[in-house]
Amino acid sequence: MSGTRPAWEEKPTPVGLAGKGAALTVMALVVLIPLWSVLVTSLSSRKTINDAGGMVMVPKGIDASAYVTIFSGGIVTRALWVSTLVTVAGTLVSLTLTVLAAYGLSRPGSVGHRTLLFFFLLTFLIYPGLVPSYLVVTGVGLKDSLWALILPSAISVFNLVVVRGFFQGLPNELLDSARIDGAGEFRILWRIVLPLSRPVVAVVGLFYAVGYWNVWFSALLYIDSNDKFPIQRILQSMILQGQSPSFSGQSVGSLPPTQAIKMAVVVVTVAPIVLIYPFIQRHFVKGVIVGAIKG
Amino acid sequence: MSTEAPVAAGTSDELARPPGPTQPPGKRRRPRMPLRARLRRDWPLLLMTAPAALLLLVFHYLPTLGNVVAFQDYNPYAGDGPLSAFLASEWIGFGNFNTLFSDPAFWDALWNTLTITAFQLVFYFPLPIGLAILLNSVISGKLRAFIQTVVYLPHFFSWVLVVTFFVQMLGGAGLLAQELRQAGVEPPNIMTNPDTFIVLVTAESVWKDAGWGMIVFLAALAMIDPNLYEQSAVDGAGRWRRLWHVTLPGLRPVIVLLLILRLGDALSVGFEQFLLQRDAVGRDAAEVLDTFVYYQSITTGNFGFGAAAGLFKAAVGLVLILVANRVAHMIGERGLISRQ
Repeated sequence: MSGTRPAWEEKPTPVGLAGKGAALTVMALVVLIPLWSVLVTSLSSRKTINDAGGMVMVPKGIDASAYVTIFSGGIVTRALWVSTLVTVAGTLVSLTLTVLAAYGLSRPGSVGHRTLLFFFLLTFLIYPGLVPSYLVVTGVGLKDSLWALILPSAISVFNLVVVRGFFQGLPNELLDSARIDGAGEFRILWRIVLPLSRPVVAVVGLFYAVGYWNVWFSALLYIDSNDKFPIQRILQSMILQGQSPSFSGQSVGSLPPTQAIKMAVVVVTVAPIVLIYPFIQRHFVKGVIVGAIKG
Repeated sequence: MSTEAPVAAGTSDELARPPGPTQPPGKRRRPRMPLRARLRRDWPLLLMTAPAALLLLVFHYLPTLGNVVAFQDYNPYAGDGPLSAFLASEWIGFGNFNTLFSDPAFWDALWNTLTITAFQLVFYFPLPIGLAILLNSVISGKLRAFIQTVVYLPHFFSWVLVVTFFVQMLGGAGLLAQELRQAGVEPPNIMTNPDTFIVLVTAESVWKDAGWGMIVFLAALAMIDPNLYEQSAVDGAGRWRRLWHVTLPGLRPVIVLLLILRLGDALSVGFEQFLLQRDAVGRDAAEVLDTFVYYQSITTGNFGFGAAAGLFKAAVGLVLILVANRVAHMIGERGLISRQ
């Protein structure tokens, strides 16, 4: 963006500048302080946590024993595997089906195009509701299956519309010449369209991945076995319901402080989001999302 | 899924053209290949679309039809599975709706929902607009990018995480309470106080989504012609008058669009957020329509009754969004579903 003030604009007043600076600082700190405090507490020793009174803001040495505990087997490790599995499998399923359907719907004039498009877009206006959805998901036999966290929400029509819009913006001549050379639609999609659509596929994939990592309510509804709980479900029961998790092979006395364990679970739940966030962020400001909004 | 971008405005053009008699002229005159030839040409496209369409059919449209259990005394134990239970259950017409409308707990939940929606329209809705205007006025590109990066982040957190952060910061054993106690002040009850719950949930929504909400307005601000600012400045308009006469009119279509979407969703105030905190705060303050449906159906097995409540909510929501769209047309805006 432009780095200088236009000539016609009046100089900012000191009060205005100070107010603006204060507002921006508050905006940033409101997000950063909780993240910082949770991270530091998770890495603190029992003494540091007790001295601070619960949440630590100023680190005094690093004690990673809470992480050793949650990664050494037990319900948290298990839940992290489940969430990883659901995220990877779910993203693959969602992305594949979304890209295929987006391409299938990208050509006005093809057989059934209008009807199919209407069929997809109508889902924006009509919501099925909790009870019938529950009955259908359990009725098709997905109760206590990890597929219940994936299949019912596998297609985001919004994402589909974004991808479709991108496909439609690709130069037609390219596709036509491939068609003249005798390439089939699957081949065109795989060899020509997808390589040109990496940014949009990346963003949509990351959006799906975040959604799957954050799955909580579907797990509450459909998953009964503890060993299939995703991490959000564990976080909820530990922090919001105050249940202590079980850790294999360690007696309670030798465990790191509960507070550090809890905060470590928060950190491992946040970490994947924070780690992939820069990749999403790189694309979404300019490009995909804004383009979608403009229609 | 909560990670979607805040608006589905990109679809407005398509929604504007349902199949049927509104085809643009000229389209019909185009010579058409016979269906058989078109099928031979297009079958791969249909094949590609089929899996996604099938999923929507099973997990979206089938449940939509399944709303008819609202007219049943649905008994989950009447059969081996939901389908046979459905076939074996008794039809009772509007019985569930009669029970629903005479249930004071339903009216309490509806009242809570509408109060929270109204409160958030006043104290949440304008915030992303203000923040976007503020951020847009920052000249340093680096600073802007930094702030954007930071404030968009919580949008990608789950509600479990958001509530967790609030508990750790503002709860009875949280950072604020701990600092206040050390300063000799008795900390206020924030996380479990029913009287201030409406403020708490709004603060949580602001923390999670107000930053992300800016993205649409920043895009709209970037599309305002800079010459308009220069000309009005030359004509003697100060910064507040430029805000009023250039910036806000430029944002108006987006504001109206988001307002329509919000009004159409007036009966939804965020399901997971309330479900997570209902036990801590109590249902007098935290029961909203969605949690009412959940507790009346899934946890008690009273599915017909819960479906009736859900159907009521969906029907009102559909009416609301169509009315809001009509009003937008009347005041001369393009709205969500534009006419040709």
